[in-house]
Amino acid sequence: MSIFLNKDSKVIVQGITGGEGTKHTRLMLKAGTNVVGGVNARKAGTTVTHQDPDGNDVELPVFGSVAEAIKETGADVSVAFVPPAFTKDAVIEAIDAEIGLLVIITEGVPVQDSAEFWAYAQGKSTRIIGPNCPGIITPGEALAGITPATISGSGPVGLVSKSGTLTYQMMFELKDFGFSTAIGIGGDPIIGTTHIDALEAFENDPDTKAIVMIGEIGGDAEEKAAAYIKEHVTKPVVGYVAGFTAPEGKTMGHAGAIVSDGAGTAQGKKEALEAAGVKVGKTPSETAQLMRDILNGL
Amino acid sequence: MDLMEYQAKELFAKHGVKATLGTVVQTAEEARTAAEELGGVTVIKAQVKAGGRGKAGGVKIAKTPDEAFQHAEAILALTIKDLPVNRVLVTPATPPVEDYYFSFLLDRSNRSYLCIASVEGGVEIEEVAKTNPDAVKKIPIDAGTGVDEAKATAIVEEVGFPAELRDQAISMVQQLWEVFVEEDATLVEVNPLARLEGDVLEALDGKVSLDENAEFRHEDHAEFEDKDAADPLEAKAKAKGLNYVKLDGSVGIIGNGAGLVMSTLDVVAYAGEAHGGVKPANFLDIGGGASAEVMANGLDVILNDDQVKSVFVNVFGGITSCDAVANGIVGALEILGDEASKPLVVRLDGNNVEEGRRILAEANHPLVTLEETMDGAADKAAELAHKAGA
Repeated sequence: MSIFLNKDSKVIVQGITGGEGTKHTRLMLKAGTNVVGGVNARKAGTTVTHQDPDGNDVELPVFGSVAEAIKETGADVSVAFVPPAFTKDAVIEAIDAEIGLLVIITEGVPVQDSAEFWAYAQGKSTRIIGPNCPGIITPGEALAGITPATISGSGPVGLVSKSGTLTYQMMFELKDFGFSTAIGIGGDPIIGTTHIDALEAFENDPDTKAIVMIGEIGGDAEEKAAAYIKEHVTKPVVGYVAGFTAPEGKTMGHAGAIVSDGAGTAQGKKEALEAAGVKVGKTPSETAQLMRDILNGL
Repeated sequence: MDLMEYQAKELFAKHGVKATLGTVVQTAEEARTAAEELGGVTVIKAQVKAGGRGKAGGVKIAKTPDEAFQHAEAILALTIKDLPVNRVLVTPATPPVEDYYFSFLLDRSNRSYLCIASVEGGVEIEEVAKTNPDAVKKIPIDAGTGVDEAKATAIVEEVGFPAELRDQAISMVQQLWEVFVEEDATLVEVNPLARLEGDVLEALDGKVSLDENAEFRHEDHAEFEDKDAADPLEAKAKAKGLNYVKLDGSVGIIGNGAGLVMSTLDVVAYAGEAHGGVKPANFLDIGGGASAEVMANGLDVILNDDQVKSVFVNVFGGITSCDAVANGIVGALEILGDEASKPLVVRLDGNNVEEGRRILAEANHPLVTLEETMDGAADKAAELAHKAGA
């Protein structure tokens, strides 16, 4: 079991012919993902050649639109590698085509574009992950994004994180236990799937026994997640928050990682999580150790 | 990117918002000339990207051009919230009859926008929010439909602008919304929004923050960058396309991925508690591709920071493989030659880590120490910085 993505997911890639799209289509296939095609309006009707995990050539069709790709392949997941200037249109196209899950990898999307497509997605059937994220992996089953599939196998830990490399670091630290699903939700001020959405899904996933939640400075997503955990999550949750040393008013790499007017501090987030009964590690390794202790006691 | 008042007002004027631009000057002599040309009583205002300018002595009223000179001279010598004042704005003094507050901003929490406004006092809005919170209206804006005339009218009615200002306020709300949307702002604030003699509404002061992710569709925004105020190392890093923030500590940091680098700063600060309280010197995310050139550029910036006593290179090889990173470090040290003179602690993990560690071990560079774990490497880097006098 897993959340949002599994071995039956049929994945298409928006931007499959671009540099990043090509590289990561190859890696997603290698991870065992059922990639069934891609979209590029200017190259509709052509194919791209990749290899399946056994090294056999696979020809993937390139379609003119997401709707056409869904009609021809039955795809239910799309991963978008589209430049920032075209991301909003690509997202709206995917929502209109009623794709079930849309993972937006693109970094640098203007926040008003994200606000607009988020408003557009309300009441529609598409779950959005991202933008500015590494995507989602259900180890051993499927990868929709850029997370290295070789770090960890499957296991009882559910992971949700704002950061890509901290996702990788935590998967590495706990690779002896393994992960049900690991989601990088992205470091932008406005994102689709939140910590809370992932926590809710992990709580309902019978194969997830414990949850690691990684946050960082900026916004109030971690505080809201803390309140949610207190009310609704019965599985053990371990937390980590990055950015204690970040100065106020400076954006730390991620567009959303900024402490402004004293709000969104790492200390505030840590305190909120601890007040909800979440054990919070001081370093990624200490966080992993807290999770290790919990798993050993289950 | 936060704008200075005069830049915000330029954007206001571009979209029809009534605002007096005044004259921006960099010397007291120019301030005198500007005051002469404007005639009458003027206001001399420090142009820095910080609030609380008035309380810091950065806003003064001048009755004569000579007073304008004196005030400008004093204000240009100020440092407000660590920011040197390089410019002052000279505007005609237009005493308001009443002060209001108005803003549009990004509402992260609700993934949309918010209008915050009040007709109870402008400048002291934070005080009003505490003592009389009902007087500060918070009106959600739907990011899909935005602010049309009907929405602007609803806002003006809810905020409670006086009837005689109603039509002006409805227009101004729409114009400010145009600034917000068309300039890709995350904040447009007018404080005070003043009612002048003769029932005229005017933006007496303004604050605008622009979304840097939207720069690709706003080439004209490049002119708003305050090159004078930028830290020289930050300017150098920016010119090389590096994601760098200067901090005050002595352990230089290079890592890949924003989250991991933020975490590295924290881990170094914790480790530093046992080593004389040393702290991280910077944030530097070299991103996915850690080529020799990017690594050399990063090291070049960090090693030129006089405060840096040791450097911690913390890379988790995800898509990038550790052998490429190791070759990057070795290549960077060759490129830098004698300029590289501070100890480097390197921690590599992930994709192809054995080969990466082998490359570094084989190079056996006298400045490089290889550590197995992030916490161990942070401790070593902090120790080395402390020993070197930090």
